Amino acid sequence: MTTPTRTQSTDPAPTYRPASDRPATAGALRVGAARAGIEVKTFFREKDAVVFVFAFPVIMLGIFATVFGGDDGEAFRVGGVSVPFPQYFLPGMLAAGIMLSSFQSLAISISIERDDGTLKRLRGTPMPPISYFLGKIGLVLATSLAQIALLLGVAALAFDVELPSEPSRWATFGWIFALGTAAGTVLGIGFSSVPRSGRSAPAVVTPVVLVLQFISGVFFAFNDLPTWMQRVAEIFPLKWMAQGMRSVFLPPELEAGEVSGSWQHGPTVLVLTVWLLVGLVLCLRTFRWSRRDAG
Amino acid sequence: MTTTPVRDDVAVRVRGLTKRYAEKVAVDGVDLDVRRGEVLALLGPNGAGKTTVVEMLEGYRRRDRGEVSVLGQDPGHADRRWRSRIGIVLQSSADNAELTVVELVRHFAGFYPAPRDPDQVIAWVGLEAKRGTRTRALSGGQRRRLDVALGVIGNPELLFLDEPTTGFDPEARRAFWALITALRADGTTIVLTTHYLDEAERLADRLAVISSGRLVEVARPADLGGRHQRDATVVWTDEGGRHEIRTATPTGTVAGLSTKFSGEVPGLQVLRPTLEDVYLSLISRTASTQTDDGDPR
Repeated sequence: MTTPTRTQSTDPAPTYRPASDRPATAGALRVGAARAGIEVKTFFREKDAVVFVFAFPVIMLGIFATVFGGDDGEAFRVGGVSVPFPQYFLPGMLAAGIMLSSFQSLAISISIERDDGTLKRLRGTPMPPISYFLGKIGLVLATSLAQIALLLGVAALAFDVELPSEPSRWATFGWIFALGTAAGTVLGIGFSSVPRSGRSAPAVVTPVVLVLQFISGVFFAFNDLPTWMQRVAEIFPLKWMAQGMRSVFLPPELEAGEVSGSWQHGPTVLVLTVWLLVGLVLCLRTFRWSRRDAG
Repeated sequence: MTTTPVRDDVAVRVRGLTKRYAEKVAVDGVDLDVRRGEVLALLGPNGAGKTTVVEMLEGYRRRDRGEVSVLGQDPGHADRRWRSRIGIVLQSSADNAELTVVELVRHFAGFYPAPRDPDQVIAWVGLEAKRGTRTRALSGGQRRRLDVALGVIGNPELLFLDEPTTGFDPEARRAFWALITALRADGTTIVLTTHYLDEAERLADRLAVISSGRLVEVARPADLGGRHQRDATVVWTDEGGRHEIRTATPTGTVAGLSTKFSGEVPGLQVLRPTLEDVYLSLISRTASTQTDDGDPR
């Protein structure tokens, strides 16, 4: 270990300025932007997060498209319309990606940060608390947008999925993304208080997300699931996000193939908004800067 | 909220501070003043309540009773301006493992209205060679110096250090002491907790001994437990074995022995109670039966 030399350490401490000279405390937005930069840096340096949050949907898309795609590339049929498997899986993977980048990523990382003292250290500084959350929102936006670009790129280039060109479809994509990320973000922040320690966080959060993916029509066609499973999935946001993404990326003829016979945009807005509000209330009521056992 | 004039020479004023947890009283009626520019060391066994007291002063924990004023403000209602005037070094940490020294110090500087220069602070804590190293790759001592860098980056008037040198090797501890001495010379008020009596004696203007949640004594290191007035013990060894005399006038005793042995006294030692002796007798007198392995967090 290197220790400072005597000359170094007996230097007078860097200059002190009396309190009266100090300008007003730093702006919440500027600090929030700095937090976002730090969050993104940290995220991409943690290999676990990059593999299980960022690359996971891309890997799954690759596996499913390759395994089920077969040689003829034909797959999903409704009436006279058939859709190649990669195209059928893409919407589910996009929805899952949004959920991983918002809910899973935040629930695990904030839980760890609460446990390892990151939050406590920040709380002891004049950082505006809102800046911490702005940083997390910046992280979610950066990772989910990059992930979506990667998914769309892989789907289009490696699996020849034809992406929609109508602006109205991208508008639908836009609001599903916005509502889905917002709900996932607040629910992730809220859920971060559930694991009892940072170490247990991945084990507590990952199964929740995995089960939702299985019952929400991400890995299997939603129509093929037992009715009771469909009913359970309808309570949670992921089913609605996946269905909404299908309305963007699948031909309109497939709308008839949905369980309800409709893309259900109205109910989707409603369910996602309710979850967004529930998440917001949970965050405000349960967020803690220190561990549960602190006085 | 208590407001005191800016020129007040008291940085921390505590009266009747009490904190209860479900099963026990962690802090019981503590009265304490810390003067501006002073280094105060809080000593006490594990579980005595040191960290609880410090964290109430830092604004992390709520008190159940008593009055607290830190830099003229109640930490329970602390605002950002107040937080920009204090610096906090918590007990050992493992956070922000993926960020480098320079990234962290610069980032934290951005939280403060009038920070110190990040590069200067990094050099000052002796981490210049580790600027680009990720936190997870730092040794324990380097990690702790980074904690101090983050604690002082905001140019605080008052710095809290909770067990800053636990786990240090002697060389690292000496280097750390020099940092604290420099901060003190710069006018920073410092409240530190420690288990090391040599550290407390070396750094602190005054010691506050806390045991079972009560403040046992506050005194200068030389005066703690009436140490300066305590009897000395004169020890020597002759054919008859080891002898010792407790006396208030050791010089006279030694002179007498010198005459008796006509010159050199065999195996002569004059012993004063060490700070450790005094401290141990202080805390055993308060019948601390704490067996916890740590302060409650």
